[in-house]
Amino acid sequence: MSNPKIEGYQFKPGFRGMADDTASDQTMFKGVHWGKAMMWIFLLSDTFVFSCFLISYMKGRGSTPVEWPNASEVFGLHVFGVEVPLLLIAIMTFVLITSSGTMALAVKYGYEKNRKMCGWLILATAIGGLIFVGMQAFEWSKLISEGVRPWENPFGAAQFGSFFFMITGFHGTHVSIGVIFLFIYAYKTFAGHYDEGKRGWFTTMKGDYVEIEILGLYWHFVDLVWVFIFAFFYLW
Amino acid sequence: MDETNKKEQTTTHKIGIYLWIWGLLFVLSFFSYMVDWYQFQGMLRWSLILIFMFLKAGLIMAFFMHLFWERYALVNVLLWPMTAIACFIFLMVAEFEYTLFSRLFYFFVGGVQ
Repeated sequence: MSNPKIEGYQFKPGFRGMADDTASDQTMFKGVHWGKAMMWIFLLSDTFVFSCFLISYMKGRGSTPVEWPNASEVFGLHVFGVEVPLLLIAIMTFVLITSSGTMALAVKYGYEKNRKMCGWLILATAIGGLIFVGMQAFEWSKLISEGVRPWENPFGAAQFGSFFFMITGFHGTHVSIGVIFLFIYAYKTFAGHYDEGKRGWFTTMKGDYVEIEILGLYWHFVDLVWVFIFAFFYLW
Repeated sequence: MDETNKKEQTTTHKIGIYLWIWGLLFVLSFFSYMVDWYQFQGMLRWSLILIFMFLKAGLIMAFFMHLFWERYALVNVLLWPMTAIACFIFLMVAEFEYTLFSRLFYFFVGGVQ
């Protein structure tokens, strides 16, 4: 959250404020930490990457005359003798949303300088992400054992496999990188680096709880992408 | 210490708003799963999927990513490029329809005799 007031100067709200900020011959994103602005720019470019994947999936699926595999059967699970459609994917969705919620609370407690609470919530987020990646690995190995390959599959159109592995794989990579950073930040929070303003490993920037918000932006973005993948790949 | 004291304390929001959004995301995810569970088909299915998807994405961006509270200078820089994606989608829809037509016409109909 950007500060509406810096060194006693009150910024104008709305579009008038936007015009003022942009035309001020100074920094444009006023009250926004540079790291946060950079993370947003990165996420914007990442949005374009994921959009290109999903659009190419749309084009591939739309242009094939062969029947597309029925996702709710392909991703269905056999539990206690009952066939439940999309069960694993639904659980994965709920796990990711849960971890997104704990991350949002971690950011809030970080800004309130509640070190313990913030650290535990980041740790909970990391574990949620780990569970998600684990279930994705299970899903991949299940599909691979059923004969799904990037070039063929027993369910229908051959393009299905390549889009599936590419899109969920790229998303899973993002989750894995996020989990690594969540563990690092959990350690840094518990160690009190953000309370003392200790400098990071590769930067001269002093530790500040705004870093938790920057990490949170990345994590929420991963959740955001999953919302679109869930809708277009699994439900459509 | 002087430097840190001079910095403004970033305002935080009540925990209630986060819990509300969290709950709403759960409910919306449950609804979108129900779309598949009850096997809705056709326009009903697609419109429900899209509505729930955009509601979830909007809630995450607005409240979890704090865009609702950010200044317009940042919000507009982030949201306007999305129109380029919308354009790209329309272009590729035209493209896949043409490709599908060509495949059906030349591979299955046999082309112009």
